[in-house]
Amino acid sequence: MGNSLLNSQGLTVKFGGLTALSDLNFSLEKGELLGLIGPNGSGKTTCFNTITGIYRQAAGTTSLLGKDITGFTPQQIYKCGITRTFQRLRLAVALSVFDNLLIGDSSSLNTNLFFNLFQRSKLKQEIEKKINKVKKIISVFNPALVDKLYEPVSKLSMIDRRRIEVCRALISDPKVLLLDEPSAGMTQEETRDFMNDLHEIKTKSPDLGIILIEHEMNVIESVTDRCIVLSYGKKISEGSFKDVSRNPSVRTAYLGED
Amino acid sequence: MRNVILRVKERFVSISVIFVTAIFLTVFLLVEDELSFTVLMLVGGGLFYFVKRRDCFKEVIVFARQSRYGFLICIFLALLTVLIILRNEHFALFMIASVALYSTVCFGLTIQLGYAGLTNFAGAAFFGVGGYAIAVLSSENFPDILSVLTGGFMAALVGSVLILPILRTRGHYAALVTIAFALLFKTFLELNDTLGGPQGLKISSMNMFGWDFGKSFFGGSFYLNYVLFSLLVMVSIFTLTRLLEKSWIGLHWDALRIDEISSASFGINISSWKILAFTLGNFFIGLSGALYAKMLGHIAPTNFTFGDSLILISIVILGGIGNPWGVIPAAFLIIVLPEKLQFIQEYRLLLFALLVILVLLYRPDGLFKKALRSFYRGWGKV
Repeated sequence: MGNSLLNSQGLTVKFGGLTALSDLNFSLEKGELLGLIGPNGSGKTTCFNTITGIYRQAAGTTSLLGKDITGFTPQQIYKCGITRTFQRLRLAVALSVFDNLLIGDSSSLNTNLFFNLFQRSKLKQEIEKKINKVKKIISVFNPALVDKLYEPVSKLSMIDRRRIEVCRALISDPKVLLLDEPSAGMTQEETRDFMNDLHEIKTKSPDLGIILIEHEMNVIESVTDRCIVLSYGKKISEGSFKDVSRNPSVRTAYLGED
Repeated sequence: MRNVILRVKERFVSISVIFVTAIFLTVFLLVEDELSFTVLMLVGGGLFYFVKRRDCFKEVIVFARQSRYGFLICIFLALLTVLIILRNEHFALFMIASVALYSTVCFGLTIQLGYAGLTNFAGAAFFGVGGYAIAVLSSENFPDILSVLTGGFMAALVGSVLILPILRTRGHYAALVTIAFALLFKTFLELNDTLGGPQGLKISSMNMFGWDFGKSFFGGSFYLNYVLFSLLVMVSIFTLTRLLEKSWIGLHWDALRIDEISSASFGINISSWKILAFTLGNFFIGLSGALYAKMLGHIAPTNFTFGDSLILISIVILGGIGNPWGVIPAAFLIIVLPEKLQFIQEYRLLLFALLVILVLLYRPDGLFKKALRSFYRGWGKV
């Protein structure tokens, strides 16, 4: 157990009387892509929000590489190396692509007041370094985005916005990446492109552990190594996509009794 | 020399727009009776239409972008002309200094509201803290330049009392906290006898390194001293505000203003950034409050009411939230226009309301919308 990258034991989250997650155990290995699936309201996003410290768990522990990170604030979680995307994009659409990406790298920025106000030439050097870094990372996904670095995000297409959000999560070189339904609102072609992007991420950073929430089953089938199925906050099945999809209780959860 | 003449020829349109505007504003500051005011407004409207039709404003912006020093020299000369024409006009000069100081206050509010998203409805209260600080210090034989700074520090210090309630509330509720403070502050002043109660305090005129602000400035009005110093302060604070915006600090503020949850998920410490914005903003507000009090020579609680706070916020909104460039023309409009409309007495409030409605309808982002951040000159040009 000590070797796994991310490990949650007995994770339980309650909203008043409602138990959104109950006694969830899972672990994520280095380089693994874990699919988190289940019907609407089954607790997938709640699981992400709890891992990243936005929600407080009622019980359970989470550890990263053997280090206990239970009850950490979102800021601390980020500094430990867990980043995420959001189901409904949370980009600052009024800001430029560059600004948005740099938000993902905020802890590496020198925010000293004196430095920012009066050492402008040094600041300029730091900014130029960041421009190169940003260009390198977005050209992996879509080289055309490099030319749009200085444009507001509001001018981008849906898939490019998703890409920016993923890049924002990847720019700080995290250990764990949580992707919350990246195909939402995208066309089938865009989803296919995005699957290629995922393969690209896996080859570029072989140690990165990824948890993917997804409703598109062909995405889950083609990219995940392992799946966990949630229903009403409980884990009902775990294994490869093939095993999971054959499991009768999973079919019941998705399609209902009968 | 020939080079200069050539360049002036090239920029003739922009330069004349700047100077015509300067002359127009000078006349605007001077007119008093309603007939000349109406004529001036008609002429101004005509000029504006003419200039707009020919896209001359765009040329001015291009001028400012392409040759910054030329543009600044041009602005400086235009300002100099205005000040020379107005050298003996006490009231017009007082107006100019007020606009400069109110703009400075609004740079502080821009940092709070426009950058960090903190609505501060107690602007006039912090303005007053600066003013009262210098009023108390001026009777103590304390060097004036230090008292002005102390005014800023005091405002920041008093503001720190509000930090905790503001951090623990969100959006409208944080704004309510500042409203409560603004109301309390005025009541406190009225009841406090050591601070002069409702009568207020007298303040000696400014004296800095032997530069006596109470004396006539090279044969002109003594207000010229204040005008020059206020403009200097305004330009410095403006520069600082812009530098903050064009740095990592501005980026952090923008991120947390737009989305606190996603900023928190990327390691941005929301509270400390809000504290920085609030404190820095209050410092700038207090600083200009101290200078303003020195210029008035007398302060009383009625100068720092909740209504004054609303005026300050409306300057920021009219100018375009988060855009310090817009603050200066907005401050000019909101401070000077009511004075010029004295002849319609209380109807001017009606006009003011109409102006607000028109702005909200036709320019919801204010006169000048905040542009994308450019970290340095030539940003985005590959």
